[in-house]
This record gives sequence, structure tokens and C-alpha cells, in this order.
Amino acid sequence: MAEVILNNVSKRFGSDTALDGVSMTVPDGGFVVLLGPTGAGKTTTLRMVSGLDVPDAGEVSIGGRAMAGLTPAQRDVAMVFQQYSLYPHLTVRENLEFPLKSPILRTPKAEIDRMVGEVAEVLQISHKLDNKATALSGGEMQRVSIGRALVRNPSVYLMDEPLSSLDAKLRSDLRIELKNIQANLGATLLYVTHDQIEAMTMATHVGVLDKGRLVQFGSPREIYENPVSIYAASRLGQPRINVLPADVFAGAPQRAAFIGLRPEQILQGDGQECFVERVEHLGDQTRLHLKFRAHDLITVTDAHTTLAHGDVVKIQPANPFYFDATGARLV
Amino acid sequence: MAQIRVENVRKDFGSFNAVKSSSFTIEHGEFFMLLGPSGCGKTTTLRMMAGLELPTSGEIYIDGEEVGQKPASQRDIAFVFQMFALYPHMNVGKNISYPLLSQGMPKVQVRKKVAEIAEILGITDILDRPIGGLSGGDRQRVALGRAIVRDPKAFFMDEPLGALDAEFREHMSEELRALHDRMGATTVYVTHDQLEAMQMGDKIVVMNHGVVEQFGVPQDIYDWPATKFVAQFIGSPCMNFLDFNGTVGKGTETVHLGGASIAMPRLLDGESGALTLGVRPEHVHLNDAAAYRGEVVATEYLGTTQIVTLKTQHGQIKARIPSHVNVRAGERTGLDLDARTLTLFNASTGDALRSEANLEVLNHG
Repeated sequence: MAEVILNNVSKRFGSDTALDGVSMTVPDGGFVVLLGPTGAGKTTTLRMVSGLDVPDAGEVSIGGRAMAGLTPAQRDVAMVFQQYSLYPHLTVRENLEFPLKSPILRTPKAEIDRMVGEVAEVLQISHKLDNKATALSGGEMQRVSIGRALVRNPSVYLMDEPLSSLDAKLRSDLRIELKNIQANLGATLLYVTHDQIEAMTMATHVGVLDKGRLVQFGSPREIYENPVSIYAASRLGQPRINVLPADVFAGAPQRAAFIGLRPEQILQGDGQECFVERVEHLGDQTRLHLKFRAHDLITVTDAHTTLAHGDVVKIQPANPFYFDATGARLV
Repeated sequence: MAQIRVENVRKDFGSFNAVKSSSFTIEHGEFFMLLGPSGCGKTTTLRMMAGLELPTSGEIYIDGEEVGQKPASQRDIAFVFQMFALYPHMNVGKNISYPLLSQGMPKVQVRKKVAEIAEILGITDILDRPIGGLSGGDRQRVALGRAIVRDPKAFFMDEPLGALDAEFREHMSEELRALHDRMGATTVYVTHDQLEAMQMGDKIVVMNHGVVEQFGVPQDIYDWPATKFVAQFIGSPCMNFLDFNGTVGKGTETVHLGGASIAMPRLLDGESGALTLGVRPEHVHLNDAAAYRGEVVATEYLGTTQIVTLKTQHGQIKARIPSHVNVRAGERTGLDLDARTLTLFNASTGDALRSEANLEVLNHG
């Protein structure tokens, strides 16, 4: 395993700036998740590390080794994509063996068997080793494609939305599995997603990308509890943070233009009156859609609340975030 | 506006049975969700209601009139598809006005109507644009506009947001629901996304393998699932299942799980054999003093809350607890299960046993 360092990496595609001076360190044994909407530069960053694309400016190094001029094969990285891309004519075992059978590696047969057996064990696909790859469910196929990356024991794993095409239940199972595998192996992982739950639950560090710039880098808790901007604050948290003009509540600091309120920063029962627009029962929580002086506000309340459309509730902020006119956090 | 009643509807494709004897009622002005995994028969059910498929047997009533064997054109409904199906050679305004012009409505009236609809959907400024350059969201708005403009009795939508990315989807689902609240039109909506169903629906039908598993208000279905399938399909993470062997009788108020006694709502059914105790993650509380024990396997931070996965002698269980509580993998702890919220299932049939708590919901759905 190895540390990955990006130093001031920029990349343009024609007139579009895909990456703009991104500097970031993926620590040895770290699980770094890149988060951002479509077009933020997540996948491009991954491709810079993998060598599928080369930066226009800046350097990438893996384990202290500069990557300039090296092909993907020379970089000792393993990739997992959203589309499993297994070899359909091979069995699960043959798919897993494939990277080890490369003529350059000359891995002895017994060694291959041992590694495949081990990985199959970890991913709970031992009983499916002799199945055709196409005779598997979606979750099993994705396990095999993760397995094919694991057998190589590379210095870094690069994953591009590996769980996005799976259904909700499978996704939540594989989240825990992937996190455990990474923690047990001490693997270094760079992972792209736009699913904030994946970012929150698996990452040791989250990198928030906005139009090709890395705007915040830190643990999920840091980014949730201490965001640097409205943009970063909006990446994590469901329902999303409410952003209102700062002057709607008393007590805003001087330069504040906006106040940011997560559901837990809204106290109910006292303060300003709001109109209940809609009550959304989601089972474990109930969302209140409030109207407050022509502003929309969403907060959560007790699952079995008696509140209904047309009721009035009082709210007040508790330790809110304040942002200036550019959206930067005021502290 | 319309009330729609589906009675004992069945559909076979050759030897494959897609929908088995489904019955449910959609009331005037309801936002009604057909929910289930792929292949469960939800789209087939919708297509039969719309007249795009004819039922093999059973009746469909729209406002009391039996329409089961009538073609779509005679049912006065509007259909919105996942792939917007707009006319690519026409501009936005022409797409929306097309159904009216083909009905022979005078031009002046059409223009007024289109302007009104464009206003509702917030697309007035793009009426002259060609379809080609529009974003996914705008295309969906145009497709909605074309459906709304006819003032049909009901709207049928088949995963209309399925093609949009997660962030935009959330926005559009709110917009769609707000639009429904303004217009009050009966809407039937097919989705496989349980959160979308909970979020938008007044009522939900949960289907699996062509069978209606449960039908009712979202919160009721969440709290009191009729089957293990529903308990697992709705909620994220889903309901926890603790499998054990035992005997319970009418009036039982505690079950015995590996030496611990767990209180639950008074049962109205009895059963002996393989049973499953179901508990939602938010009703599992970590309490060192509790008799039922578990070992922490993993924690997942979610901002306001965290999900703690624990190993127990009856399988894995997930608890949703506040994120400020400090929990570490490897710790052993006791688990309190909130007695008022528990459901007991017959493990072999998957059906919930009736209790004083879920009786009302189960009798209705």
C-alpha cells in the first residue's frame, strides 16, 4: 500500500476546465471519497491517478514514485468501475485468476489458487467460483469485479461508483463489506461517488470538488459539522441544509449574508412562527416542509407527529452556520 | 378527477403470470404509488389501468364505469413515461399544444391553455425552444405539460424521474408533489424507489411477484408491515429480523429470545415453530443493563444519526442512534427493543401475526 499525492493538478478538455489546481494527499491506508455533482471533476481526478488521462500541469505520485510518463499498467493500481466488465465467457475463478496469469508476473499455480481462495472467502463467493460470470446476480458480479482488483494487491485501489448500479439493500450490505475489507487489508482507496451516504459511512476523508477545484478535504464528521462554505455544507446531510438570508433571525454577525440551518440546528416550540406546508412521513423520520416569511424550510420531527398542513409551529436557530455573500463560512 | 377501482385483476403473458388477482381502490385526488422490485407486476398493473394492456380477468372501474376492455383512447387518462417521448421536431409550445389541436380545439383557446400550463410549470420562457437543447428536467416538465394540458381524469406515470440524477430527482419529486397539491388530480405513479414512494405518496401499494402484499398510508405500512417482504422492502436500513423457534399464543405479551424476555404488543394470533421478530433500527436502543446482548460490528456515521451494526445470537441487527453517542467496533452491549413497535412474523409464510397494535392496519390493508 502507498500514499498518493496530487500536486497542483490541472486538466482542460478543449475550453472546459475539468481540474483546476487540485492538491490532495491520500494517506497510506486511507479511504478517500471524492464527492460532487456531475461535472465536478471526480472521475477526471481518478483518471489522473490511474494514468488513463495525463494532467496538463502538476504532478501525481504514488508511494513516493512520480507517475509522469508511466502507463496505467506500470502504475500498480487496480480499478473497479460501475459496470462490472467481467469476462462473460469465463467462470468466476477464471475471472479472478486473470490478472495473476499475466505473463509478466509468472505467478506459480499454487500461489494463484491460494490468493483466489482467500479473496473469494473475504467476498463470500467461494461457493460460486465455478459458475459462469454471467450466471451471477448483480451484487455477486460486482463482488467478483472487486475481487479481481483485490487479488492483484496493488499499491492503490481506484473505484468509480462501484455500487451505483446495485439495489438499495445490496448497496448497504456491500458498503459495510467494502469498508471492512479496506480496514482489514489496510488498503489505500480512492473512491468516486455522488451518493453522500457512501461518502459518510465509508470514508476516512472526503474531498469535496466544485467545478474542478478541491474546496474542502477532511473527515466526514468535519465536513458535516464544520463546512467551509454553503456548497460544502450542501454536500452532506439529508434533508439538505436550509439556507436563508441572515437577517430573518436576530443575532446574525455583521458580515453574514446567509444563515445555514441543518435540521438539528432548528429548535421547535419557541421563537418565530412558521406555517406547515406539508408533512412527509418517511417512516423513521418525518419531514416538515415549512413556510417562513416566503422562505421554504425543511426540518425533521418526531415520526408520529400530529402536525398537519395548515398548522403553525415556532422555531428558532441553535448554533447555526453563518455565510458571507460569496457563500464562504464565517467563523 | 376520478376514483379508480381495481378488482381481482389478473394478467398472463402466455404461460407467465405477471399479475395475480390484485384489488385496491384509488380515491379522488390521491397521489397513489405502485411500489415494488423490478418484475413485480407494477408496470403491468399501471398499463392495464391505462388500457395499454388488457387484463386476462377482473375489472377496472374509473368513476364507477367498467373500462377493463376499453382502449386507452376511451379512458380519458394521460400517461407520462420515463423516457419523455416528446416530439423531437417540434418546439416546446407545439409539443404541449399537440393533444389539444388534435382534439380540434380552436387556436385562440389552445394558446391560452398552453400559456396557463407553461406558467404552472415555470417554462413560459422556453416555449419557443426546440426540444433538442433542453435539460432533462425541462424535458420532463414539457412531458408533464403535454399530459396536464388535456385536463384528463387521471395521470399515470411510469418512473417519470428514473432517468434523472439523484440530486435533480429530489428537486423534481418535490416539484411534482407541489404540482399535484395545486391541481388535485388523481395520480398513479410507478416506482421501485421506496423513499420516493414514502415521500410523495398519499397511499402505497406494495407488490411482489404479481401479488399485492399491502396497501395503505405510508406511515402505517412502515410501522405495521403485513409481510416480511414489505418490512424489508420499505425503510433504509430495512426492518431487522431476529429468527427463533418458539410458541406464542393468543394474548402473549413477551417472547423469549436466547434467555432474554422481550415485551411486545399483545398478540391476537398464535403460532408455533419458526418465528421472526421484526424491529425497526430506530427502535433498537443500546443499553448496557439490557438482558439481550449484541457485539458491535460496524458503525456508519450519517450526520444527525449513525447506524450501528451488531451481531447477536439470532443474526445481525442494525440500530439507528444519535451520532454523538460513542460506540466502537468490538464492544459488547445490551439491546432494548421498543416494545410498542415490535411485529412478530410467521417465518415460513412471511405473514405478520396480528396483535393489538397492528390489527387496525392489517384489517384495512
